Amino acid sequence: MNILELHNLKKYFATQKAVDDISFEIKQGSIFGLLGPNGAGKTTLLRMITGIFYPDQGHIIFNGQKYDPINDVAYIGYMPEERGLYKKMKIGEQAVYLARLKGLSKADAMHKIKEWFVKFEMQSWWNKKVEDLSKGMSQKLQFVTTVLHEPKLIILDEPFSGLDPVNANLIKDEIFNLAKKGSTIIFSTHRMEQVEEICDHIVLVNKGHKILDGTVGEIKNRFKENIYRVGVNTNAENLMTYIFEVIKHKPDQLLLKLQHDSTTNDVLKHFINQNIPVHSFNEVLPSLNEIFIKLVEGTPEARQFQQVNN
Amino acid sequence: MNKISLIFQREYITRVRNKTFLLSTFLLPIVMILFIFGSAFFAMSGKQKFKRVAVVNDPGIFKSNLKSDSTQMFFDFTSNVDSTNFTQKGYDAVLDLRSDSSAKKFVVHSKKQLGMDGKQMIETRMDRAFEKKQLMLKGIEKETLDSISKQTAGMYKIENRLTSEQGKSEQVNAAVNYGVGFGSGILIYITMFIFGAMVMRGVMEEKTNRIAEVMVSSVKPFQLMMGKILGIAAVGLTQFALWVTLIIVLMGVAKAFIPAELVQQAGEANKNMPGGMSGNSQMAMKMLELEKDFSTVNWPLIIGCFIFYFLGGYLFYASLFAAIGSVINEDPQEAQSLMLPITMPIIFGFIILSSNLSTPDSTIMVWASMIPFTSPIVMMGRVPSGVPWSHLILSMSLLIAGFLFTTWLAGKIYRTGILMYGKKASWKEMFKWAFRKA
Repeated sequence: MNILELHNLKKYFATQKAVDDISFEIKQGSIFGLLGPNGAGKTTLLRMITGIFYPDQGHIIFNGQKYDPINDVAYIGYMPEERGLYKKMKIGEQAVYLARLKGLSKADAMHKIKEWFVKFEMQSWWNKKVEDLSKGMSQKLQFVTTVLHEPKLIILDEPFSGLDPVNANLIKDEIFNLAKKGSTIIFSTHRMEQVEEICDHIVLVNKGHKILDGTVGEIKNRFKENIYRVGVNTNAENLMTYIFEVIKHKPDQLLLKLQHDSTTNDVLKHFINQNIPVHSFNEVLPSLNEIFIKLVEGTPEARQFQQVNN
Repeated sequence: MNKISLIFQREYITRVRNKTFLLSTFLLPIVMILFIFGSAFFAMSGKQKFKRVAVVNDPGIFKSNLKSDSTQMFFDFTSNVDSTNFTQKGYDAVLDLRSDSSAKKFVVHSKKQLGMDGKQMIETRMDRAFEKKQLMLKGIEKETLDSISKQTAGMYKIENRLTSEQGKSEQVNAAVNYGVGFGSGILIYITMFIFGAMVMRGVMEEKTNRIAEVMVSSVKPFQLMMGKILGIAAVGLTQFALWVTLIIVLMGVAKAFIPAELVQQAGEANKNMPGGMSGNSQMAMKMLELEKDFSTVNWPLIIGCFIFYFLGGYLFYASLFAAIGSVINEDPQEAQSLMLPITMPIIFGFIILSSNLSTPDSTIMVWASMIPFTSPIVMMGRVPSGVPWSHLILSMSLLIAGFLFTTWLAGKIYRTGILMYGKKASWKEMFKWAFRKA
């Protein structure tokens, strides 16, 4: 079942087509990655999903029904890229306040905050002010306030920026936990290694358009270039063949690309025939980072201002 | 609605718990009362230093007429004292009445400066002595003249009674009306600035802290703005209530400790003195005196109008201040130029009030008390001296319509501005935000 469906969303600003006809679906309980270079339209897209902006065109289906921002925001948790908390407010009170704005009762909010604070070892923070916290600490607090009301849809914009590896892992584990419990997570970032590790499904947007949509494995397969890493001890005359092209040659390792419809077995046969032992044989899939750069490269780095005729 | 009340509570509680609020609420009336009564008290006790003055070379007109007493200034007519030895003989100063010419100018020698008060005291007493001598020459006793002028001073009193349509006459006191009108007008003027700026700073804080984006993913921007505006209004009303209570209590305490006669004496003693001290003690005296005149004022109407116009004027401007706060980025300097179009009408209203208060029914006052931009300030100047109900109702409805309009307008600017970072919005852009469709 899809928790969220976007149908032909458009949002034009005075000088930008920020989001120009984007559609995709997100399955319940999945971890979804929304990727794109700076200024691709990710934040605008997220703001439409959180009900801050209304789309100019297109519609959103949330949980099987037409999205009604006023009531549905209670089921959404949003952690924006620019973190924000009331600096002068005590941490405990702040968490209670934000939870109550999401519709929790005071007692409920207190109970849940205490649970989370224990989990994140934040109990002693209750009466501290936000301005006393370090960046990483306030990040943890922000995460807690985002997921506190057990939203069906959690939107995290760059959740790991500013966190040390220990705390990043803590948050990562919680993200997996929440997904296991049935929450859906939209994860917006341009840190590709995290996406590969965490996300089930990704969408890549650039210049207001969707340019890629699929699961991580599927996309990697789609962009594979038949490159293999082979552990063999070879010298130059062993490699005179039309089956593959050598990309990198080390005394005990080869990086090669298949050519002319040859298969992996053709490569193995080639070495077997020459009686060269093969220690290892792996396919090298492109990293999302490479795919990302390949797709985005060539487009001007920053978006140009354009005339929009509404 | 529930969300507005949550935001309202937060805004109210965090502000009321704030140290600045507590300080300004409790300290201001105390400082005010202490200043007024304290300066009166010090004026009384500090100034009256007894001085012994030796008088030499008296040509004869002063000896019997110069008023001398043992509390303030004692004149001793001797001959063997001069400017070199007066301190040894126990005098504070020597008054040399030898005149070189016909000019009425004499010399006082003293170790320490006599100061304005001392100098003036001697001059006044010499004038009186000369006057007494002249009266005597004309055959008039000084005491007779004094008793006549004492009798006549303030013998007649005029009471202004207004005849209303029903033919009922009521007593009015123009001075009290003036005071109450000006006081409440100035109070609304100041508070509109203070609380308007508070709203603006609050909005700026939310924007620069980037909490705004978190907030508007849970509540509508309009709810956020209204919650804040109403919360701060409640803070203002709380502060007023505390001020009024404190001032009444402190006045009672001050009166109990400082007897009215003392304050009156101080006022009397200072009457002839130049400078600000006399003003303060007279004010203290008046404050005690005025109480009986205050009973002629229609308090329920004034307090009702004050609360209405405070809230109305505040709501009218607060949303505009919120809109300004929402378009400003980190740089508070930007606020100055954007605030100008909002602060101008407020200042303008105050100028109209202060320059036309003595003629509360003049055309400009009537107009200014109708237009919502100035009505909260100007109408408060008119209310104490009586305003036709039709004027009051029209002014109030215009103000309500006005703040509904500004709130609607500001809400639209706020909604866009609060999430805009980067460059400052221009007036043209804000206009666009305000009037485009959702």
